[in-house]
Amino acid sequence: MSGIWVVLEERDGPGGKVSRISWEAVAAGQRLAALTGLAVNAVVAGAQTETLAAEAASKKLEKVARVEHPLLATYTADGFSLALQQFFEAEKPDYVILPHTYQVRDYAPALAARLGEVLIGDVTAIGEGPVFTRQLMQGRLNGFYRHTGGGPCFVSVQAGAFRADTVEAGMAEVTVFSPTIEATQIRTRPSERYRGSAQTVDLGSAQLIVSVGRGIKDADNLHMVQELATALGAELGASRPICDNGWLPMDRQIGSSGQTVSPKLYLAVGISGAIQHLVGMKGSQCVVAINKDPGAPIFEAADYGIVGDLFEVVPALIEAVKAAKQ
Amino acid sequence: MKIIVAIKQVPERDAQVRIDAAGKWIEEAGLQWALNESDAYALEEALQLKEKHGGEVVVLSAGPERVGSTIREALAKGADRAIQIDCANLGNRDALSVAKLLAAAVKPENPDLVLTGLQSDDLGLGQTGVILAELLSLPHASLILHVEKTETGLTVKREWEEGWFQTVEMPTPAVLTIQSGGNKLRYATLMGIKRAKTKEVRQVTAAELAVDSAQAVVLERVALPTKQKSTQILPGTAKEAAAALVEKLKFEARVL
Repeated sequence: MSGIWVVLEERDGPGGKVSRISWEAVAAGQRLAALTGLAVNAVVAGAQTETLAAEAASKKLEKVARVEHPLLATYTADGFSLALQQFFEAEKPDYVILPHTYQVRDYAPALAARLGEVLIGDVTAIGEGPVFTRQLMQGRLNGFYRHTGGGPCFVSVQAGAFRADTVEAGMAEVTVFSPTIEATQIRTRPSERYRGSAQTVDLGSAQLIVSVGRGIKDADNLHMVQELATALGAELGASRPICDNGWLPMDRQIGSSGQTVSPKLYLAVGISGAIQHLVGMKGSQCVVAINKDPGAPIFEAADYGIVGDLFEVVPALIEAVKAAKQ
Repeated sequence: MKIIVAIKQVPERDAQVRIDAAGKWIEEAGLQWALNESDAYALEEALQLKEKHGGEVVVLSAGPERVGSTIREALAKGADRAIQIDCANLGNRDALSVAKLLAAAVKPENPDLVLTGLQSDDLGLGQTGVILAELLSLPHASLILHVEKTETGLTVKREWEEGWFQTVEMPTPAVLTIQSGGNKLRYATLMGIKRAKTKEVRQVTAAELAVDSAQAVVLERVALPTKQKSTQILPGTAKEAAAALVEKLKFEARVL
């Protein structure tokens, strides 16, 4: 066994830098190291990994491995599963830590299965044991998981759950691993990534946001929330189901698949607060939640809450805001 | 085109969460159950592909007897037949073990396409479809919003973070995990509900599928989340709470 290995990803955009959530995964690896006494290493996979590996090698890591092959130039689940399977079969890690990104979600479950293991995904905390915490029931419940398999324990960590800035500087040895991959083993052909419809609303820079969720029940009721936003001088945002239903355009969507916002005030109306939504707004300075369900996870993230029927609370709030502005 | 859609029955979205006596899962007595949301989109995609290209849609679901009602719902929406894997202890199995059950049921069917939702609304693992592909040795793509049949296979629209997308071409047979929102969901018609009663639901037991039940990870216990922030709940009538909130936002949080 060879300790803890953290899989690093490249940040979007030019420059070839390690992504922030990858450093958070390293921080999780160091948390696990403190509990187990194991060494932390990092691995990068791609066609050209020198720059990324050099950046990683400047941190407090034992080793940095470059898993390199021309067929890894573009991400494919087949390519990455195969390359990392070969690497981990050779390396025999105790733990593999990954950032819980859309890419990891696409290949890590298959990679773990190839080694007879199961990924403990979207982990928010690591405790003595080690015991891994992840959210269940859309964030209404925490589950505590333990690894019982005989091989490596695969863990992916939720964005923002560990602090990237705790990773200390250091100097690591860099090694190169060349996996054997045939072109025919890569069965999917991905195109270049593209942006969806031109984003016309930049919620990222909005100071005040009123955001609406499933609790609004019907598109015909949206005017009420729009009126509240207008009264406050706020932008209107929404959780995914509202945009899925076509009630508001996709560029109003806040969450992992939409925009990430950090306004002064985030007022969530009828939003239960699933993890995918919370990651998009947890940087907000002040969060207000209006929801009929006192157990809704949005209240965990809120500074102020009103438990009640939004169809009564929102009209009352519009009046109160208007009165305060006079 | 023969399409299998793997669906899961989950507690209804607004269900009150109470932890069971053993502290291992939620109290299931008295819960209302529903079709997992992204599975509903997977079913919709399958039904639309069938309407365009012909073929058959088979729904597959594992769980205890109550799962039957969700299967009937899928049949009422237009699926042709169903396979129900009778498995009382689904919650005790990890994702690999569940995927092994599903794979054993899918294999003899030789489908052209296997669809499933991106993740379940209860456990939220988001792994079953990807592992299923691995066990069936089929190519896969995840977070799919749109599927088009081509001469050689499929062209799919895949979602990435923060509003990015990608087109992926792949051969069939294949496994896709479907993201919600790609289509508009249909309702079952009265005629559909009537017809569903006569459609075939084949029962198989977990034992018949001869899948080992080794677990690589276990859910030891569950707990209600501890608050990260101290939330001030504003009491009173809607009017009182609204007035109190505006006061707080103006003078305490100073964000207005």
